Amino acid sequence: MTLKPETIQMELKEKLIASYMAFEDRSDTSDHVHNIRKEAIQNFEQKGFPTKKEEEWKYTSLNALLKTDYSVFPKNENSIEFKDVKKYFIHEIDSFKLVFIDGVYSSYLSETTHDGMDICLMSAALSKPKYKMVIDSFYNKIADNSESLSSLNTAFASEGAYIVIPKGKVVSKPIQILNFATGNEAALMLMPRNLIVVGENAHVQIIERHQSLSENEVLTNSVTEIFANKRAIVDYYKIQNDMLSASLIDHTYISQKQESRCTVHTFSFGGKLTRNNLNFYHEGEHIDSTLKGVTIIGDHQHVDQHTLVAHNHPNCESHQDYKGIFSEQSTGVFNGKIIVKKEAQKTNAFQQNNNILTGDKASINTKPQLEIFADDVKCSHGCTIGQLDKKALFYLRSRGIPEKEAKALLMYAFAHNVLDTVKIPEIQKRINKIIASKLGVQLGFDL
Amino acid sequence: MNKYTEIELKKELETKEYAYGFYTDIESDTFAVGLNEGIVRAISLKKNEPEWMTDWRLEAFRAWEKMIEPEWANVQYVKPNFQNISYYSSPKKKPEYNSLDEVDPELLDTFKRLGISLDEQKILSGVAVDVVMDSTSVATTYKKTLAEKGIIFCSISEAIQEHPELVKKYLGTVVPQRDNFYAALNSAVFSDGSFCYIPKGIRCPMELSTYFRINQAGTGQFERTLVIADEGSYVSYLEGCTAPSRDENQLHAAVVELIAMDDAEIKYSTVQNWFPGDKEGKGGVYNFVTKRGLCEKRAKISWTQVETGSAITWKYPSCILKGDDSIGEFYSIAVTNNYQQADTGTKMIHLGKNTRSTIISKGISAGNSQNSYRGLVQISPRAENARNFSQCDSLLMGNSCGAHTFPYIEAKNKTAQIEHEATTSKIGEDQVFYCNQRGIPTEKAISLIVNGFTREVLNKLPMEFAVEAQKLLEISLEGSVG
Repeated sequence: MTLKPETIQMELKEKLIASYMAFEDRSDTSDHVHNIRKEAIQNFEQKGFPTKKEEEWKYTSLNALLKTDYSVFPKNENSIEFKDVKKYFIHEIDSFKLVFIDGVYSSYLSETTHDGMDICLMSAALSKPKYKMVIDSFYNKIADNSESLSSLNTAFASEGAYIVIPKGKVVSKPIQILNFATGNEAALMLMPRNLIVVGENAHVQIIERHQSLSENEVLTNSVTEIFANKRAIVDYYKIQNDMLSASLIDHTYISQKQESRCTVHTFSFGGKLTRNNLNFYHEGEHIDSTLKGVTIIGDHQHVDQHTLVAHNHPNCESHQDYKGIFSEQSTGVFNGKIIVKKEAQKTNAFQQNNNILTGDKASINTKPQLEIFADDVKCSHGCTIGQLDKKALFYLRSRGIPEKEAKALLMYAFAHNVLDTVKIPEIQKRINKIIASKLGVQLGFDL
Repeated sequence: MNKYTEIELKKELETKEYAYGFYTDIESDTFAVGLNEGIVRAISLKKNEPEWMTDWRLEAFRAWEKMIEPEWANVQYVKPNFQNISYYSSPKKKPEYNSLDEVDPELLDTFKRLGISLDEQKILSGVAVDVVMDSTSVATTYKKTLAEKGIIFCSISEAIQEHPELVKKYLGTVVPQRDNFYAALNSAVFSDGSFCYIPKGIRCPMELSTYFRINQAGTGQFERTLVIADEGSYVSYLEGCTAPSRDENQLHAAVVELIAMDDAEIKYSTVQNWFPGDKEGKGGVYNFVTKRGLCEKRAKISWTQVETGSAITWKYPSCILKGDDSIGEFYSIAVTNNYQQADTGTKMIHLGKNTRSTIISKGISAGNSQNSYRGLVQISPRAENARNFSQCDSLLMGNSCGAHTFPYIEAKNKTAQIEHEATTSKIGEDQVFYCNQRGIPTEKAISLIVNGFTREVLNKLPMEFAVEAQKLLEISLEGSVG
């Protein structure tokens, strides 16, 4: 007997609610965070998992994922050797590191600091009184509380990165946040929760990665809240090149104050199902937001890039550029929404989504959406779906470049302007390597 | 005096009353309000329909009863009470005229005021006009000329009587009874509409045209149009509407079905100027229309629309490109002012190989209106080498209005080539300045710019209609269009 999708979802939902109760028993119920959790689980209980009937989930079905019997809290503490996971770090550069293994902090692999800034743990921040002020004023303030998966994360959130950069501080080296899943559990659901507060004129670079180390199923439901104060600069890189057994639902909420600049690069190459919800909220004038992404997938992979830029104030700019290459039976989704409020005159919003389909059974669904209430704005979006230029391919081949390499070159060129804005050369190199291996070629020069 | 600014234009737009808002008093034969099986049967009986037609209506009615009103569109309105509408009304005097002299002079006067007097139409443009005044055909002209070519152009009720085999074969094949809430309602209670059949290889010698008018207080109008172009034929069909000013909301749920067989071409043009409500947003027509065309091999369907009226517009003329090498086109101008709301666009469903589609949509919003483009381009796995180009541009006048685009693009074939682009802008100060500098007054300059903005679409309208379209644009955006 096969179960109906609703029944499957119900089972997992009930299990999660039961797990929450067990979790509640263990935790301190007197504090402020407890109320937030309680409200969140109630909201999740009410809404349940999103279905394809909802407009925001029209093209992405979670049914296949929700069949699995996930455990939320791993039974044992697991450890891993650095040499086994070295390749997942951008190890060529010096950096702060926050490493979590099956959702538990690994002090052995990490490198934190309290020297003039806080690069440490969410669990510490949630429990220690000295962080209370920051937690009270920022924690769960921009995460969408009406969204059921964000709520689910909020209910269970207990660990993750806590990064507070004070006014005027330029962080000397990038911060890497790594979430490993060891696969010691048959199926694991992770709920990392990150809070990043960047003060006036401060500058920070962050690299985030989720990595599964075995064939066992992992579902990560992650929430990151980023607050960029006046003139702050935030550079965020998401490298998603996970195993085919791992799935990721990521929610990133960014609130920007005046003249701040935030850039998020999303590189989606791996995973069974990846859903990126990237939300930008403008809270001042002269803000610059940049959203860039490259998706190169094959097999039965599914990547859904969901963006929202809410222009609430005048004289702001946003740039979006997403490229996708879909082979075999993969499916891609791009849903970009730009909202320009009545007050947000002189907004300049730009959105671009280009896709190449190379697989016979690959498909792409795209929905670039504009909602504009102000008249003195420049907004445009462009979207294309096509193939490689036959003439360009012929040109390369006529000069002795084999077809496979020629195709790879053209695809690399197609994705290239997303890489242009990456400020850490080591990341560029790493991404180039991943792209080359994804396209199955060894290019004769260092891309 | 040369100080006409955008602000003044806005003011003028806001104060502009619906120029065609008058009401013709013709005695009508109207049903009591409400909808049930009995009413559906009564409509069918009244129209003396065969049994299969009654059954077809009842089937639709039963489906409709189980359906719920769609809410996904980006419009807000008070939902009509379907039990508070009279589903049938027709002018009492039986319309059997051989010449215009016999037509009710009051009716003729109505048309004169609209600038579409039958005389004029007949003499100047050679258009055969099937005038629908409320629900029953009032006059049909040029029937003879068409009959010589074997073209059938009549009201749908006449077609049910005289060509039941054609109606039975094609009615509901493109828009099934249970397609959506409003299509189901229309299928159950449609009062009249037009039927057109072009035989094999015939090129229709004139533009076929129907003028729709909503005239009876409190009657929804449910038009049903069926156009069949047989193999290798060509027809250009015009549809235009105006409605008198009225306080209570009028519901209009039409269904249009086009069938283009192998190598046939249908050009369907619409100018819609129903009462949009007054400047407080009171009253106005609810326009929930289902329009769809089916293309067989190498066929072409082209939709052109100029939407200036209605309080709420909910309309997506679509093309199902079933046959290989078929072509679908959609050209639209949607103008909203005051509190009007429009959610309009198209669907291009590519099923056959080498199918091509073009979408050009121009939205202009002023006042407190909301204008949305909603479109779907779908490439099925079998549609090799499908090609689509979409462009939707919005022009905003004032900062209380909104322009939205919701394009859905779904590609399931790797040979598909799709391009979509959208822009939103306002009338540039530098553009106006440039014109001023060359001695063109601001009013004229704005008119030039709006004209230029909509030109691509206006060009697609047949000559006779382009004049009317211009006229209607004037009403909606008076002062800006020359």
